[in-house]
Amino acid sequence: MTKKIKLSELGNLFGGLDIQALEGVKIEGDVELDLGQMGLNPQVSYALGHEFAQIAFHLMNVSRILGYPVEQMLGSAAPPKRLSKLIESKFSVSRMEEWKTPIQEVVLGATSSDGGSRKSTVTLGGENALPYYFDSPMPHRNHVTMDVFDMPINMAKAVKSNYEDVINSPAEWAKKVVRDFGADMVTIHLISTDPNIKDTSPAQAAKTVEEVLQAVDVPIVIGGSGNPEKDPAVLEKAAEAAAGERCLLASASLNLDYARIAEAAKKYNHVVLSWTQLEINAQKELNRKLMKQCGVARENIVMDPTTAALGYGLDYAYTNMERIRLAGLTGDAELSFPMSSGTTNAWGAREAWMVSSPLKEDSDWGPREYRGPIWEIITGLALSLAGNDLFMMMHPGAVHVLKEITQTLYGSKETEPVNIDNWVSAVV
Amino acid sequence: MKLNSPLQVYKYLPQINCAECGDATCMAFAAHLIDRSKKLEDCPPLLKDEYKKKYMELQTLLAPEIREIMIGVGESAKKIGGDDVMFRHQLTFFNPTAFAYDVGDTMQESELVERVNKIQNFKKFYVGKFLKVNMVAVRCVSGDALKFAGTVKKVSETTKLPLVLCSFDPAALKAALEVVKDRNPLIYAATEKNWGDVAELALNYKVPVVLFSPDLDKLKSLAATFHEMGIKDLVLDPGTYPQGKQLKETFERFVKLRRAGIKEGQKDIAYPIMSVPLSAWLIYKDAVTASYWETVLASVFIVRYSDIMILHSLEPYAMLPEVHLRDTIYTDPRTPVKVAPGVNEVGSPTKDSPVIVTTNFALTYYTVESDLSSNKINCYLAAVDTDGIGVEAAVAGGQLTAAKIKDTFQKANFDFKDKTAHGTLILPGLAARLQGDVEDATGLRILIGPPDSGRIPGWMEKNWPPKPK
Repeated sequence: MTKKIKLSELGNLFGGLDIQALEGVKIEGDVELDLGQMGLNPQVSYALGHEFAQIAFHLMNVSRILGYPVEQMLGSAAPPKRLSKLIESKFSVSRMEEWKTPIQEVVLGATSSDGGSRKSTVTLGGENALPYYFDSPMPHRNHVTMDVFDMPINMAKAVKSNYEDVINSPAEWAKKVVRDFGADMVTIHLISTDPNIKDTSPAQAAKTVEEVLQAVDVPIVIGGSGNPEKDPAVLEKAAEAAAGERCLLASASLNLDYARIAEAAKKYNHVVLSWTQLEINAQKELNRKLMKQCGVARENIVMDPTTAALGYGLDYAYTNMERIRLAGLTGDAELSFPMSSGTTNAWGAREAWMVSSPLKEDSDWGPREYRGPIWEIITGLALSLAGNDLFMMMHPGAVHVLKEITQTLYGSKETEPVNIDNWVSAVV
Repeated sequence: MKLNSPLQVYKYLPQINCAECGDATCMAFAAHLIDRSKKLEDCPPLLKDEYKKKYMELQTLLAPEIREIMIGVGESAKKIGGDDVMFRHQLTFFNPTAFAYDVGDTMQESELVERVNKIQNFKKFYVGKFLKVNMVAVRCVSGDALKFAGTVKKVSETTKLPLVLCSFDPAALKAALEVVKDRNPLIYAATEKNWGDVAELALNYKVPVVLFSPDLDKLKSLAATFHEMGIKDLVLDPGTYPQGKQLKETFERFVKLRRAGIKEGQKDIAYPIMSVPLSAWLIYKDAVTASYWETVLASVFIVRYSDIMILHSLEPYAMLPEVHLRDTIYTDPRTPVKVAPGVNEVGSPTKDSPVIVTTNFALTYYTVESDLSSNKINCYLAAVDTDGIGVEAAVAGGQLTAAKIKDTFQKANFDFKDKTAHGTLILPGLAARLQGDVEDATGLRILIGPPDSGRIPGWMEKNWPPKPK
């Protein structure tokens, strides 16, 4: 198969080396040849044949000692080698030893035995590894909470068409997302309380929360309007109306009176959503303040490190979450909490809602009805891989697909095996 | 790479601070080698004979953990692999996932040409550049080597994009290679069964080759065997199953391969990885469902370590999120996405042209700028220094204020009396609440533009020129 090389031909093998430099060099004493360490490139050994290998070995070591890149010279000189059998190999890889700290488990919702009226609860967190990694199975799947608003709002057309019949009734809206769209939870956004919108009173907002709690038996998230002056009062009143239900109060942030929200959560048995804007150190600071300054227990904190849409800062949001989760797993107790994403933000991307590209140079954007939901799916999916646990979402189709993929990767989707061996010739 | 501090690299450099590389000192150059923003070849002295040994040592020591492989030739050639980290924040990911879209050899010629053109002409503007897709994967569906070669020929005449030649039949691959041997195509694939013949092709034609096996032991065997035969430009396809437990295991294989390659330095499997999201079409026949699921699979593997992927759907709702997610993951997190603050001309503005305010967040700025220029709106566009934060967040966070806006025009020596006949400034719709403040601070007339710059043309029709007071 391969012709054996004669000793006289070794010179040719080294033809590329500047042999002159060897002259006048004296090697004193014993040159140690460590067979185990240096070894002989098997390619070379094969090419030379066993009887010459030893001589070549000496020569090459001398050259190596003098600094010649022997392997590189030989690489091009050696003829390609044919093998008749596969080299047996075993693949193995270690688990991540530095992931020592589990993420805090947080239960949302309370059943009658725990002083609430929910029929089911949702448990977030508890991970010992990045999501879906083989190092350690995820103890709980991802969950979706669907948005309900306390007044009609502007929505992308593809979203709105699903809610036109319930847009004036938060209770009916909540029922619909649980019954028809598979929502694990419901978020009631009390946006009408914003002084710049309707300035609805905290008492009125609390009534809306009661209606939603009566309409559905899943755990709920209570969201303010985002007005930092008004939200503490609104969330206090809502927390009182929902006492004992272990709702997620959205949100405590550094730019409002977070202590009041923390206090309401403690007093009425709820969980605090700790919301910061794409800043890992701000997230640490707020979590620390909630725990140390306000006395919120670890099992009552969920983080929202902010979701930016695909194409609109998702690179920051993704990496921020991934860093937070890795910090938590490697022992940062101020960051080892479950995370929540306002995935609905994806609808702010113009690719999600615009009829067509405003730029003439762009390839056709195609029908927007299909672009919107997938923008929400991919925004959420990327963050699920970064470690996000709970998704706040809007479009029923997006919810369906996101649940399908996250639960597949989680390991709870059983399907018939598919044979992929002939994908090359498949007719698609 | 095996070195991780500039000091370690410095030891191998000439240490003469000649500055020929553009850095003042060898130490600075060493730092750039570590963060991979400069190459060894940027140092002319190092290329001289006297430094040959150090140069070669450095080449080995600085080589990325995952082998870098070139596919195709000329300007559209694409490098894949080359990563050094498991998470993008640890450095950055290199060589964005190459997207190869499939064509089959059973397609009618006109259909084939149309599809190839669609692939090579796709573009999506984003932050001052166009996002594009990269390769054409020709699949041998017919089982007929000649037919396959004919299709490959037609494709190669239609596009300069790199090609992936897909068949498990070495005879078909050989026939196709004969046609495009000068194009450095990637051949797919060597398996447990055909590896001997495919290896022969890779050796004879000197082309990169994909190894396929969902069994990681076998995949490693194939890689070790090919390496032993002197074939180094390898790509690993650990199988992309489209659903259920098989998909979960697929995900795990990608993570395992990359961890072994980067974290554990297992050289014998440290090659680029291929995924085949196209497999979504094996389970879904409905085009929308299949396109959606393909996009989902593609997204999972863009995030977790696929260096090249084979895709089918050319629907915009599949391609747009895919190219954007790839950009998301591969954008260098070390580079701030800001533009220089100032007042810039768009087109050729006159005294009657509008003056528009936005932020210096690159995404916002380029979006507004391209919306204006693409619609041929001549104007002045002010980029206010908001630390690279978008309009809405900057208004909420206090980075976009009346004082900052005023300051931007002052620093640019932009005098409204001199430059405009209207003394009017247009604020972004999302900064409407600053209207009063800006009016007070500047004494200008303030108009509120639309919340999305894509609507500026429509807004202009109704609101420009401003009606006299």
